[in-house]
Amino acid sequence: MISLTSEIRTPYHGWPTVAKLVGLCLFTLAVFYLDSVTVGAGVMGIVMLAYLVGGGLFAMQGLRMMRPVLWFVAIIMLWHLAVGRTAEGAVVILRLLAAVALANLVTMTTRLEDILAVVERALARLGVSPRLRRRLALSVALVVRFTPLLVQKGGALSEAWRARTHRRPGWRLVLPFALLAVDDAEQVAEALKARGGAL
Amino acid sequence: MERNLTLIALFAALIAALGLVPKLTLISGVPISAQSLGIMLCGTVLGAKRGALAVLLFLALVALGLPLLAGGRGGLGVFSGVTMGYLIGFPVAAFVTGLLAEMWRSRGGFIFPAVAALIGGVVVLNVLGIIGMSIKLDKTLADAALLATPFIPGDVLKCVLAGLITQGLLKARPGLVRA
Repeated sequence: MISLTSEIRTPYHGWPTVAKLVGLCLFTLAVFYLDSVTVGAGVMGIVMLAYLVGGGLFAMQGLRMMRPVLWFVAIIMLWHLAVGRTAEGAVVILRLLAAVALANLVTMTTRLEDILAVVERALARLGVSPRLRRRLALSVALVVRFTPLLVQKGGALSEAWRARTHRRPGWRLVLPFALLAVDDAEQVAEALKARGGAL
Repeated sequence: MERNLTLIALFAALIAALGLVPKLTLISGVPISAQSLGIMLCGTVLGAKRGALAVLLFLALVALGLPLLAGGRGGLGVFSGVTMGYLIGFPVAAFVTGLLAEMWRSRGGFIFPAVAALIGGVVVLNVLGIIGMSIKLDKTLADAALLATPFIPGDVLKCVLAGLITQGLLKARPGLVRA
């Protein structure tokens, strides 16, 4: 399964995961109270510089991850231009962009197994029983394994539909698709039970 | 126990897989993704507790950095974005939908699960989503509600589909509701 971690090595990849996550929490909280365009632009500039430290290619990857937010940015800007409160709109946009961009930076520079290790340690510290932690780990592994498998099976269903009609499959395939997931779940449960429960 | 765990995991995988299905476009031109249909199905098929757990598991994996949201989005950034209210609302929506679906299970048909999905997956989800947008964008609730309005017809359509699919699933696999 593809993760969003960047293959391009940056200095941030070596930073401790806990420090990155705590830093991100504090930054997001602070950004929420930001109410001046100048400070907002300064903060955004620092975040952009932080991306550029990883190189041009890395910054482009970061820009691509921001694409879904840009649609909202356009709507918010148009709205504020229409009501004549441009400065207020600029603050809202800078706040949004800075928070999302830094969170994406943490995601792009932290490996999945490192975040999982932090979660595991945090759960242990919170007193979550080892049994429950094992169940959680197994659930995560099942989702990571079965998502691409379900997509593949969905593709096969779609091909079977297209072989029979030129109409688009649409929602009619969701029922057999969900049935596949249910049957897979039953089979995996049987397999787990047969191996002594694993839980 | 194993069965509950695998159903929760596989429904989390189903939500992710539905996010990768190409979007449909309504006559109004607004695209709708099948992912929120997955959230509704978690509630109507698995019930309140297992449904909410499946959605929580899915969100945990998104937060960990897997690109499982519609359009290949994921990571911590999505929880800082404008739609964070909807993401927080997903497990609540599945829970409310499941609670109502379980209550009305004996009545059968597709109408009751569809209504459960409408209350949980549209009303509750949009209330939380709109509150999230109003906080994130510094807008009044009414202004934020305007942004959500174009998506409501698609959501209502998904409720009907959730009702029909749930009816079909429970007919094909009646043991599914057994915890």
